[in-house]
Amino acid sequence: MTLEQGLFGFFALIAVASSILMVTRKNPVISALFLVLNFGALSGIYLLLRAQFIAVVQVIVYAGAIMVLFLFVLMLLRPAQEKSYFKDRPQQKFMAIVVGVLMFLQIIYSIFFAMPGKMADEARRVEIGTIEFIGRELYTTYLLPFEAIAFVLLTATIGALVLSKKKMD
Amino acid sequence: MIPLEYYLILSAFMFVTGVTGVLTRRNAIVVFMSIELMLNSANLTFVAYSSFFGDVIGQLFVFFVMAVAAAEVAIGLAIIIAIFRNKLTINIDEINILKW
Amino acid sequence: MTEYIYLAVLFPLIGFLINGLFGRLIKNEKIIGSIGAGMVGLAFIVIAFSFFETLGLPAEKRSRIVEWFTWIQAGGINAAFSYQVDQLSLTMSLIVTGVGFIIHVYSIGYMHGDKGFWRFFAYLNLFIVAMMNLVLADNFVLMFLGWEGVGLCSYLLIGFYYDRKFEKGTVADASKKAFVVNRIGDFGFLVGMFFIFYYFGSLNFSEVLPFVANSGIPSWAFEAIAIFLFIGATGKSAQIPLYVWLPDAMAGPTPVSALIHAATMVTAGIYLVARTSVIFAMAPTAMMIVAVVGLLTAFFAATIGLVQNDIKKVLAYSTVSQLGYMFLALGVGAFSAGIFHVMTHAFFKALLFLGAGSVIHGMHEEQDIRNYGGLKKYMPKTFLTFAIGAVAISGIPPLSGFFSKDEILWMAYANGGVFFWIIGALTALMTAFYMFRLLSLTFEGKERFDHHHVHPHESPSIMTIPLMVLAVLSIIGGFIGLPKVFVGEHGNLFENWLAPVFKDATRKLAGGAMHSHLEEYLLMGASVIGAVAAIMLARHIYLNKPDIATTISNSFKGFYNTLYNKYYVDEFYEKVVLKPILAVSDTFLYRFTDAKVIDGAVNGTAKIISFASKYARQFQTGITQFYAVVMMIAIVGTLFWIILSF
Repeated sequence: MTLEQGLFGFFALIAVASSILMVTRKNPVISALFLVLNFGALSGIYLLLRAQFIAVVQVIVYAGAIMVLFLFVLMLLRPAQEKSYFKDRPQQKFMAIVVGVLMFLQIIYSIFFAMPGKMADEARRVEIGTIEFIGRELYTTYLLPFEAIAFVLLTATIGALVLSKKKMD
Repeated sequence: MIPLEYYLILSAFMFVTGVTGVLTRRNAIVVFMSIELMLNSANLTFVAYSSFFGDVIGQLFVFFVMAVAAAEVAIGLAIIIAIFRNKLTINIDEINILKW
Repeated sequence: MTEYIYLAVLFPLIGFLINGLFGRLIKNEKIIGSIGAGMVGLAFIVIAFSFFETLGLPAEKRSRIVEWFTWIQAGGINAAFSYQVDQLSLTMSLIVTGVGFIIHVYSIGYMHGDKGFWRFFAYLNLFIVAMMNLVLADNFVLMFLGWEGVGLCSYLLIGFYYDRKFEKGTVADASKKAFVVNRIGDFGFLVGMFFIFYYFGSLNFSEVLPFVANSGIPSWAFEAIAIFLFIGATGKSAQIPLYVWLPDAMAGPTPVSALIHAATMVTAGIYLVARTSVIFAMAPTAMMIVAVVGLLTAFFAATIGLVQNDIKKVLAYSTVSQLGYMFLALGVGAFSAGIFHVMTHAFFKALLFLGAGSVIHGMHEEQDIRNYGGLKKYMPKTFLTFAIGAVAISGIPPLSGFFSKDEILWMAYANGGVFFWIIGALTALMTAFYMFRLLSLTFEGKERFDHHHVHPHESPSIMTIPLMVLAVLSIIGGFIGLPKVFVGEHGNLFENWLAPVFKDATRKLAGGAMHSHLEEYLLMGASVIGAVAAIMLARHIYLNKPDIATTISNSFKGFYNTLYNKYYVDEFYEKVVLKPILAVSDTFLYRFTDAKVIDGAVNGTAKIISFASKYARQFQTGITQFYAVVMMIAIVGTLFWIILSF
């Protein structure tokens, strides 16, 4: 077993476990923390894929900003513990699990029918993950989507402000 | 060398887990988090393909997806707070006026 | 001028529009009356010009068609506002516009002071429009339009005094009765038209009538067509069984009774049969029916007229009776004799009605002749003209009525037999009797009204001059139709004039026993002597010995009551026809069909939808995750489908 395989197994296991645990815990704060763990594992996997920039951004944005936001809202709202998982609406939950399993099998099936291309060499793999490369691509070839995304974020900011405003008397 | 399929299977698993979470949990915030999980699994797929074929477009797309996810979370949570102010609950079963 | 014959329709139409739309604003009666009468006068001038123009043409070329504008062009029917200018339509148009004009002028005086003056003239002009369309039309569809139009105007004008009572009901009831009974006849006309269209493929006279003789259509079809057309004629021209509306139509103003119910509209049925004479010629049974119905109507109406006490009622039954004579003429194949009687009857019946109007006007709306008497002292002109009209209708030579009535009686004898003549002659005697009863009781003898309350006076000249014109026409009108015994085989001008129109029919019917001139002189003499005797008898009874009348009516009380109550025909219809129809309409059609079936279908559709949606709406649970589950199921399905295509 190489280091890469070992690390992959480690991170993958954590990711799988934390995702299952996140979905099943009753306490939403615990769910949030498991999700943070999941993001961390994912960040490691990104590194294994030589995507340095994405790995760092994952930690900063997802684990660092989005999950903090979730935790703040949970703190504000103090939701009650959810009651038992299966007792209410068992048919719907059954259907959900069935759907989930079916979908998983379908995706697996289609993975093995995907047409593989030629794998790139190592230097190229490292090169495209660097921040310089990504930065250069963003600011030249993909400048328009970049600016558009800025606009989306602006809209989100304004929207969040407007939606959470209390009524002025 | 880890074959591409492994990453993809991992991504599929996370996606399905997220779907199940969306369909079964009652707390709106937990549903949201499941949606984030789904988004991340998509990100993983993108990065895996990008890395394996040496085309940076996958990682750029992940960049945009993350920005959009951030925006979406901001708005979504603001909505949940607004609903909570009116109904004092974030149990989505109780937010059901749009029915017969 | 014939190319502009449509002006004869357009002028009265303009009059109708002006008086109808602006009449209420033009308060001046003179203007309204001048427009109304003037337009009809202009129409008469147009017809007159066309008439003289046609006279100048050789006989074969006298039938022309002038199209005004296209109207219906669909599904094989090509009906236009298109006019056939031939001898028959010109004759009828001259009568309609000529007598119509005279009556319009009279009405200016008669309707003076009425708050609906403008309405009256508007409707009257509209009537002329419809009647002109009827008699000038060159296709059945336009004729039917005119037919319905005169029925409508009759309804409007009978109901003119819409807020008055009339006999057992209201004036509105009378006008409704006229319209509904007419409608029954119209149904017959329509069915006849359907048959014609089915067999000939067209409804234009020029494409139907010339082809009747050799068409190879089965004779029962001709019988059917003729009978259905005759049903329409009985409705419009008040024959048995559809005559019941005419006496009730007397609820309308007297000029209306004169114009519509004496001179013109009621002759529409005669015109229809005359125009389609060739079809009737192919249907001998139908012609027999026409003759018999006409004869019976003439006889029975005359019997009813003998005992009526309302001056207008007597004249109304007299009209029904005279119309019977006209149908008798048509039924025995004497088509031009029938039209001749139409013309002379228009003259003297309009005269009589207008004279009656003058009396009613002078006696302040009193219509019961038992309250008249001795009026000749107060209304000499009315008396003189009325007397002329009475002499004319009684068939005394040389007035017009003698020539036309005698022609009919002679043809009835020649083509129909002695029985027809006897009944016809008896009717003529009764006609003379009741007319002079009317004349004596109204104008002569003792005055039976209260001098302090009633001041009879002569009518103004605007009413008496038309009377005099009509009186002159009643005197001289007969000379254009002198019988052959007087002037030779080709001397009857009127008959020669109309002969080309009826030649197909006459050719088909030709061949009958020859009768001698002697027979004709004998019959002529007999009817004249009988009429004179009846007149003298009437005058003797009602002037000298009125007790005879009361004694007879008392001793034959039952018989008298039957006649007085018009043989209880209206009551019979009410019980046998109206009540069952109303009962069926109420119980079956209304309660069952309308309420249960139709409403049930409509409500049932709504019920089905609400039932279905009760189940369909269960899908909208309002639970978002349920929707999400459904969506995921769909996505899974789609993925299956995509995978299957690998």
